[in-house]
Amino acid sequence: MRKIVLMISVSVLLAACGSAVKLDSVPVEDKAGSAVVPAGGTAPSTGVGQGGVVSVDLGKANQDSVMQSANRLVYFDYDSFVIRPEFQSVIDAHGRFIKANKTRKVAIEGHTDERGGREYNLALGQKRAEAVRRALSLQGVDESQIEAVSFGKEKPAVMGSSEAVMEKNRRAEIVYR
Amino acid sequence: MTKKILHAVVVGFACWMSQTAWAQFRVEVSGVGLTQLPIAVTSFRGDDVAPQKMAAIVLADLERSGQFRGVEQASAVMDETMRPDFSAARQKGADSLVAGSISRLVDGRFDVRMRLWDVVRGQDLGGQSFAVQSDDLRLVAHRLADFVYEKLTGDKGVFSTRIAYITKGSKNYNLWVADADGENAQSALNSPEPIISPAWAPNGAQLAYVSFESRKPVIFVHDVASGKRKLVANFKGSNSAPAWSSDGKSLAVTLSRDGISQLYLMDATGGEPKRLLQSNSIDTEPSFTADGKTLYFVSDRGGSPQIYRMPVTGGGPERVTFSGSYNISPSPSPDGKWLAYISLVNGAFKLHVMDLATSNVSAITETVADEKPSFSPNSRLIIYATQQKGKEALMTTTLDGRVKARLAGQNGDIREPDWGPVQR
Repeated sequence: MRKIVLMISVSVLLAACGSAVKLDSVPVEDKAGSAVVPAGGTAPSTGVGQGGVVSVDLGKANQDSVMQSANRLVYFDYDSFVIRPEFQSVIDAHGRFIKANKTRKVAIEGHTDERGGREYNLALGQKRAEAVRRALSLQGVDESQIEAVSFGKEKPAVMGSSEAVMEKNRRAEIVYR
Repeated sequence: MTKKILHAVVVGFACWMSQTAWAQFRVEVSGVGLTQLPIAVTSFRGDDVAPQKMAAIVLADLERSGQFRGVEQASAVMDETMRPDFSAARQKGADSLVAGSISRLVDGRFDVRMRLWDVVRGQDLGGQSFAVQSDDLRLVAHRLADFVYEKLTGDKGVFSTRIAYITKGSKNYNLWVADADGENAQSALNSPEPIISPAWAPNGAQLAYVSFESRKPVIFVHDVASGKRKLVANFKGSNSAPAWSSDGKSLAVTLSRDGISQLYLMDATGGEPKRLLQSNSIDTEPSFTADGKTLYFVSDRGGSPQIYRMPVTGGGPERVTFSGSYNISPSPSPDGKWLAYISLVNGAFKLHVMDLATSNVSAITETVADEKPSFSPNSRLIIYATQQKGKEALMTTTLDGRVKARLAGQNGDIREPDWGPVQR
């Protein structure tokens, strides 16, 4: 009986010592250098003082939630690698994020629609990925953080052969790895 | 005149009947070649109870070549020891006759024997015999077909070669190694991500291919018998289109490491690649000629994808295709005389064959989604992928397009064939 009481009290004690901060708490801001203010607390003035624990979450899904509202897709016209003006803002948003997160690696995945040979389409998809990579590079993104690769026609976003479907497959995807 | 037509109809009907009688073929041969040697391949004594129908496999091989036409024989059982009734065979229209036997040995193996007869001259042209396990019976039948083919045409037989191809299922991709008739397929690689561009090494023991398993295209060299594979190209960007040099020591590949798809040469075991050409355009789909002297490839340096060739030792590329705005997937024949490729014509992707001596080009298919032609090692047939009734299929064709065969298919869409070398 005493052993059981001991075990129960030890468990209760350990539970009480458990971290009160959950792993999916408030994410780190994308601007370097600004700390997250714990709800209800005051911002530490010099870093000294009792302030709460700042949670740094390396979980990919969580960091990407910042970019979720930002689109990851750039679409292209048939036989084209030109980035249409309406997608410049997508690239700009990712460019800013990547520059601010210097440890993140990003793949630009280029795709084509289903028409044509597999290897030639691989090369066409590559040109689309390279176009986005160059645009990011022009923004000042470090080359070592981005890799342009191609899936050619092997991984369509949408199945089917209509013009509407093919439009959705001619794309470059920005993927955080 | 009508008697001749009637005779042709009867012979044609007999051929059709003899094919449907062996309904386990899934090889459908269609078309009539210019010169087809009429041959009677009689059921082997013992075929009816054997694990494989030897005569049927031999006949299917010979007919798929486009150079033979099967002739029905009387149903009397024959074997390799019996001298045929030559006048009866001649009357049925056969110029040659194959007879044989298959019997079970005490140790469980099968004893297969065959003899080939020249019906016109009444001569014994020779025979073959094998003692093998049940699993090797199809290969034996292919070797018998090679023997008949070589004796009667003078060309090297390709029936005991292998092909590689890829299938796509609902959740995975497989790289298959099969007999040249599409049968006996075994999976060399099963992957949840795409596999493309399989290429047999000249030694017939290894396959190079592009795999997307690590979420970018990289090149592996894979030993088929052991399953051991080596990642040989994983440079920055995309790595694809491996092509073996004729000595098997190097691979020409397409790499995007310098910002655009370009051609490089590298050691087949891996290592630093050497750039072959400089251009601001897409250069891809390299393909060596069998004599090792010339490299064919695709480039859109002229504004649209066309086929070029360059001397392997260096020197400027020369454009090869001038008709049409989209010509890709060059496959030069091993004998150096032909180039097979895919050309976009009126919205359809169609297999074309160019006579390299005259630059004459023929479109040889009726299908509209042809891909990836590959020559047989004897330069007499081309295997390619296409779509029939909405499903992907592998076909072989004679160079004039007259005789085509659809190969046995696996479950799932089937594509990216490559014809392996003769291994003897």
